[in-house]
Amino acid sequence: MANSEAVAAAFDDGPAYVPYLVVGDPDYESSKAYVEALDRGGADVIELGLPFSEPIAEGSTIQEALVRSLDAGMTPTRFFEFAEELDVDAALVCMTYYNLIYQYGEGEGPRPFVERAAAAGIQGLVVPDLPAEEADPLREACDDLGLDLVFIVAPTTRDDRLDRLMERVSGYVYVQARLGTTGARDDVSDQTTQSLDRLREYDVPKAVGFGISTGEHAERIVAGGADGIIVGSALVDIVAEGVAEDRSSAEVADRLEALSRELKAGAERGHRSRTEPVESA
Amino acid sequence: MSETDTRTTEEMSRRPGRERGRDDGKFGRYGGQYVPEALMPAIEELADAYERYVLDNEDGFVDEFRERLADFGGRPTPLQRADRLSERYDTEVYLKREDLLHGGAHKLNNALGQVLLAKYMGKERIIAETGAGQHGTATAMAAAHLDMPCTIYMGERDINRQRPNVFRMKLNGSEVKPVTTGRGTLKEAISETMRDWAETVEDTHYVIGSIVGPHPFPVMVRDFQAIISEEAREQTIEQTGGLPTDVVACAGGGSNTMGTFADFVDDESVALRAVEAGGSTLDVDEEAGVAPNSASLYTGDEGVLHGARTKLLQDSDGQIMESHSISSGLDYAGVGPELAYLVDEGRVDPVAVDDDAALEGFHRLSNTEGIIPALETAHAFGYLEEHHEELGDRVVVNVSGRGDKDLDAAIEETDQRDVANAPDMSMFTGGM
Ligand SMILES: Cc1ncc(COP(=O)(O)O)c(C=O)c1O
Repeated sequence: MANSEAVAAAFDDGPAYVPYLVVGDPDYESSKAYVEALDRGGADVIELGLPFSEPIAEGSTIQEALVRSLDAGMTPTRFFEFAEELDVDAALVCMTYYNLIYQYGEGEGPRPFVERAAAAGIQGLVVPDLPAEEADPLREACDDLGLDLVFIVAPTTRDDRLDRLMERVSGYVYVQARLGTTGARDDVSDQTTQSLDRLREYDVPKAVGFGISTGEHAERIVAGGADGIIVGSALVDIVAEGVAEDRSSAEVADRLEALSRELKAGAERGHRSRTEPVESA
Repeated sequence: MSETDTRTTEEMSRRPGRERGRDDGKFGRYGGQYVPEALMPAIEELADAYERYVLDNEDGFVDEFRERLADFGGRPTPLQRADRLSERYDTEVYLKREDLLHGGAHKLNNALGQVLLAKYMGKERIIAETGAGQHGTATAMAAAHLDMPCTIYMGERDINRQRPNVFRMKLNGSEVKPVTTGRGTLKEAISETMRDWAETVEDTHYVIGSIVGPHPFPVMVRDFQAIISEEAREQTIEQTGGLPTDVVACAGGGSNTMGTFADFVDDESVALRAVEAGGSTLDVDEEAGVAPNSASLYTGDEGVLHGARTKLLQDSDGQIMESHSISSGLDYAGVGPELAYLVDEGRVDPVAVDDDAALEGFHRLSNTEGIIPALETAHAFGYLEEHHEELGDRVVVNVSGRGDKDLDAAIEETDQRDVANAPDMSMFTGGM
């Protein structure tokens, strides 16, 4: 169920904090400082967004970030250099769309991308527009090169599809907390609890994402049975605000680190309430 | 409905030549379902509904669809001999008059089919994307006709360029939502509509505007549009005693194209010619990510966009290019997977016609035949002028739409060029 030891280890002791940022947003150097701030703030896995021009699964917050990054010149080639230059402890996972994986390098199919990703120290891939049915060539390349291939489970995913997904998933499963695209929300939906219930029997870490923005959310979601939390838009919002308010990259990095600590602490509180049921009573 | 009628309907919708892609959405290496997990159940539900209602005529869906196409849409549309063009090219030129369909373009065949299907599926709301506004206006008409609430996503830049179509959609009671992300054109509008759908799949149907997107859209839209070739084939045989030698249609996403070709694909003697927008040039600017054309069949290469594997205009990294054409309806970086496949198989011949030749074609059909074509359609007539010597002696051209929507653009574009066959408008300009 896991190809990458680093990803497996991230879920081993306590809940995993899995933040997402768009690489190159708003520029290469600031973005590096931001990703390293996530690491200092306690990230266990970091999802690095490689921007595609038509991101159909993304809400407006992340879409705007992808446009900022593309406008600043981000490409797959630069993305891998970025990953290589990073100084972080967290495991790295690349999140991007299938066409960029498919077109990369010489020769047919997804293998050249996976080879380059492996060489750059990337431990896994999340590809939101690649359903399990179309994923076999990529899955094979990932297996050969030791990368995890993470799939997303939606509230609308039917049980027969769930089996198909869970046969192919590795590393962790990305539990989409609600319908819709990415974007920070205020509440935690019932759909999350239902999804976690449905996944209980599968032996793979469950990371919940879509809309988590505070330590309190993180606490409730982990208390509800999640093995990890994925946070994207709330962090990208901080970067966007930094651009809008013309903040220094050091200040933006501090804010990212602070929110990361809050989210991680929330997740840990949630976890304790599960292991020490007395406290939660 | 009598026994015979029902059987005829089913024969119609299960015609030979329309099997490609039906079961699994694959056309050779093209097609598929590259969508976010949240949408998978919706397209699976749609594939099931397509099979039951469109293929098996459950609850008489196909009968009702055809009745409404006749009463509301005005089908069948005529096949008309073009006397002057026939003489000019020394070959028999026949026009399939989709410009006479309600709304002024072939778009209604698909929009009406999908909105009606949504109703049969028990959906309560319609969403659609639109570029120039042609598919948006057709969907708004169909939604009003069938009493369904409807929201249309349209790029902000397109809204500014196509005001009259925005009014038409609103007059029919649709909500028009501007899309401000990215560059504010068709491909952003498609992405935005998919986002809406990801949130609302349970009660909403997405009426996609061409034979693009994830399975079952390409086969379903083809089947709704195939009424064009079904009629054209019978009409040609009836009027001339035989099959045409060539069938010509313009191609953006390719819905009028595939609709016109569908029932001729198995007639091996008939040459099928898809005319794409060559824009200002077929060269691309990799650096700027711009292709000043939209000839994805002719120059594009394989990739994945908006839910399907097909031929695309993309840079070497796989980022989608901004396409360009004098006609906004052809202005799309992708094309239907079925056409990509038929081109690879050598069954469909892709050709590109540039902006200048299209504009000349626009004027030629207007002043010789008394038909003002859409700028999209005009590409097919630009092709006739440039390539008539390669054609056989009986040519059917699909007039996919009328040009009333394009008058401002046509006058403006004509003004910027030296178009030999254009009327002298100088005494009116300034006042217009
Ligand atoms: C009149 C007309 N013809 C052709 C097209 C191109 O679409 P397709 O290639 O799907 O037929 C359009 C699109 O807006 C149109 O309005």
